[in-house]
This record gives sequence, C-alpha cells and structure tokens, in this order.
Amino acid sequence: MAYQENEKGFVETMKKFTIVMLILIGIYLALPILATALYAFSTEWNKTILPEGLTFEWIRTLFQDTRFVEAFGRSVLLSGGAVFISILFIVPAIFVIVLYFPALEKWFQASVVMVYAFPGIILSVGIIRFYSGTSLPMILAVTGVYVISVLPFMYQGTRNSLRNVQGRQLMDAAELLGASKMDAFRKVLLPSVYPGLFVSSLLSFSVLFGEFVLINLVVGSRFETAQIYLMTKLSTSGHIASAIVFVYIVLMGILTLVMATVMKKAKGMRRT
Amino acid sequence: MNMSGKKGVLLILVPFALLMTFFFLVPLTSMLISSFSNSDGFTFEHYQEALSSSYILQGFKNSLALSVVSAFIALVVSLLGVYAMTNFSEPVRERILILSNLTSNFSGVPLAFAFIVLLGNSGLFTLALDSFGWDLSFSLYSWSGLLLIYIYFQLPLSIMLLYPIYYGIQQQWKDAAALLGASPLMFWRKIGLPIILPGIAGTFTILFANAMGAYASAYALTGSNYNLAAIRIGSLISGDIFAQPELASAIAVLLGVIMIIGMLLSEWLIKKTRKDLLKR
Repeated sequence: MAYQENEKGFVETMKKFTIVMLILIGIYLALPILATALYAFSTEWNKTILPEGLTFEWIRTLFQDTRFVEAFGRSVLLSGGAVFISILFIVPAIFVIVLYFPALEKWFQASVVMVYAFPGIILSVGIIRFYSGTSLPMILAVTGVYVISVLPFMYQGTRNSLRNVQGRQLMDAAELLGASKMDAFRKVLLPSVYPGLFVSSLLSFSVLFGEFVLINLVVGSRFETAQIYLMTKLSTSGHIASAIVFVYIVLMGILTLVMATVMKKAKGMRRT
Repeated sequence: MNMSGKKGVLLILVPFALLMTFFFLVPLTSMLISSFSNSDGFTFEHYQEALSSSYILQGFKNSLALSVVSAFIALVVSLLGVYAMTNFSEPVRERILILSNLTSNFSGVPLAFAFIVLLGNSGLFTLALDSFGWDLSFSLYSWSGLLLIYIYFQLPLSIMLLYPIYYGIQQQWKDAAALLGASPLMFWRKIGLPIILPGIAGTFTILFANAMGAYASAYALTGSNYNLAAIRIGSLISGDIFAQPELASAIAVLLGVIMIIGMLLSEWLIKKTRKDLLKR
C-alpha cells in the first residue's frame, strides 16, 4: 500500500536523521576535550589555525611545580577522605536499613532526594552561616558536607547490589548455617556486594574531585585544591591551565574505565 | 531476630544520623533562620528586598531561561541520540554509554576553560573564523555562550537518564503491536510514547534543577559579572565588596524551594513511569 510505503520511507529518513544526531552529539562532546588536549601539547598557537609545534614542556612544567603537586595531593586527600568516611559510617547504615528496616527505607530515600536536590551553592550558604562562628575548622565542615553529598551515589550502588544478591536471604542462610552476624556480613555479604560498592566509591570520588563551589566559597585559597589552582591559572597561563585540564581528563578517563570494567565483570558473574 | 539484636543493629545508624544532622539539616536550618532575621529579630525584609530588587529578579530570570532552554535542547537532542542507539548491538551501546559517562565528569571550571580554548577571545574557532574574515559577533561570555556550556554538561546526564527509560520498552511489546498490525510509527504514537512520557518529563526536571544549581562554569567564565541566581548568592555570601549573608540566605532559600518543587515533581513522574513499565 502507498500509505505504508510512505511511512517506511519516513521511518528510514528518521533513522538516518537520528544517527546523524548521535554523531553530532559525539563531536560536540569530544571537541572541547580534544582542543584542550592539543593546546596542552602545543608550542605556539596564537595566530595559526593549527598549533605550530608539539611539546611536552607544559606537562613537565606542571609536574615540577610543587604548588600544583600539593594542590593535587590536597584534592586526593579531601575527596578520598570524604569517600573513606562515607564507606565507614554511611554504607553500614545503608546496609542496616535495606536489610533489616525496610519500613525506614522510605525516609532514607527522602533524605537521599533532599541531598541530591540541594546544590553546593545552597549548602555553602548554610555552612558559612552555621560554622563560621564556631571553632570547627571550615575544612572539616566542608569534608562533612562532602561525606553527606555522596549519599545518593553510595545509596544507589549499595542498594542495587544488595537487591541483586538478595542480601537478606544470604545473611539469614549464613546465620542459619552457624555463622555469627559479623562473620556472615564479612565473609558472605561483603564480597558479593563489593563490586557495586567499589564503583559507587570511585564515582563519588570523581564527583568530589571536581567539586569547586563549596571549597572555594567556604575555605578558598587557604586550602588550595586542584580546582582552585586551575582557577588561578585560568587567566594567567593558557598552556598551564590546559595541561591541568588534560591531567584532570586523563584521571577521570582512568576512573571511568575502571568503573566500567568492574561493572562488566560483576554483570558477568551474575549471569553464570 | 530478637528485639535486643535489632536494637544493637540500630546503633549503626547513629553516626549516619549525626553526620546528616550536623552537615545537612543544621546548616540548612540555620540558613533558613538567618533568612528571616535581622538585628532586631524576626523579619521578612530580606525576602522583600530579594523580590523587589530588579537586579536579583533578573538573576532568577536569567537562571530560569538558561536552565529551561539548556534542559530542553539537551533533552530533545539526546532523545534522538538514544533512539539512534537502537541500531547498534548491546556491546556497542555500552561503549557509547561509557564515553558519555566519561564526559559527564567534565563540568565546572575545567569545562569553562575548554570552551575558552575553543571559543574564547583568542579561541581556536574564533581565530579560524577571523582568518576567514567572518565575524559572528558571538561572545562566549554571554547568555548564548553559557548556553553552549550548559548544553554540554546536560547532554551526558540526559543520555544516562533516558537510556534505561527508553530500553524499559520491551521488544515483546513492539512485536505484539506489529503482529496486531501496528506500524512502528503507530506503536510509538499509541503505546511507546505515552508510557515513557512521564519519564521524559522527569528527566527534564532533573536537568532543569541541575542547571539551576550550577555555579562553577559561569563563575569561571565571567567571575561575578554574569547575573545568575547562583552567582548572586555566591557574591553576597563571600562578599567581594559587601557581604550580605542574610540576603544571600533568602535567595538561597528561594532557589532551594525551586529545587525541591523540581525534584518532587521528577520523583513522582519517574515513579509513575516505573509503575507503568512494570504493569504493562
């Protein structure tokens, strides 16, 4: 029928159009990254369309700059510390609620949504208002907010893996077979949810590593992280700034790949 | 499990409750109180000031426009992109998702810098177009420049949220509809789209909230010059010239109310989709 032929043609055109769109998205997302990476390795790039030469000088200068290395270290320390505290105190709470108090989970979810809803700019006002008059160092206040702000990622990952392995039944079975609650948790439950927990932790780390608003407004240059250091270089040296961004992209790329590999492995395990 | 065991387990919740209280609830409450107080006590004056100042209102207007437009464009574009992914096998789709996730961490100050490299005053494209003799009179440091950056960080999030919603539509339904004589177009119009529509709307509100709360890229690009609600809060609380923390609190509370409405709306819409996807 002609009508159907028409429609087939339309569907075909639509398909081509959407594929072109997907390619355009890819170009749009890749272009700023590629340009910055190229800029980080180029000698002179002021008047010509393509760089005049390539060099490792900017990357080398960057890693010889103790101010950058220290700032990078502070970022790792701050984000890693917050994720560590979150694993120590938040994740056990998620376990307990999902396994033993499903009735409370509704309230827990509500707090997760609240945490997700309030961006750093709002939280920084609250932190400054409450803690600037107290003796608590502001950097600890920011760490505390970081620990809470990764709650959505931690909750999502932990809950999903607990559901996938049917955590409650697993715990009950282990206890029935004579394991203590602690043993059942350490030797049976933890290994089976470990991949999900690991991925959530990496995701949280990478989100916190890129955090700028809270640390800049609440603490500022007294605790110079990689993001704050980048901000100071933004207007002074384009090449150094692009070298910082390049290092940042490489780090995020490695984290993303590790996450994807772990997730794929965990998926394969479940299937068999 | 007996009751005492359950009580012991409950102790594990204490550190979490303390952290949540002291680093979330208490600061936000203190901000709320501060927004209603002056040296004499209770007052509405900060809200009156915020809502009658054309400068602050302009900031909200700019934020709203930027958020709605960037969320809408990112949503439409990624809907088409996610649809195009049906043409590929699962491993290829997963690889595309990994690449998209990689860029989802690329936001804030680094992203602003990358756009300066491309489109800044002596950016790659700016120079290239100059050498062709074209003057687009486009400025990265304006609303449309910010829009490009906002679309950039909205796209990966949008793809990440739409992918599972879209693939919740099961192949069986398409087959069943085809068997009953429905064309693909009819399937989408009568069955597919109505089911995923709340999910799409939910995604839109998350994108909207994401842009409303964004601060770093605009700050990195224009300092405190470009007028957005988040930028106003930042400059009033950090006090480049005059810190007005109570006024900052009032604006932050107003922004927070917008965020809460957005999140509740999206939660409700996404739950509705999930229910529909399971039911049918």
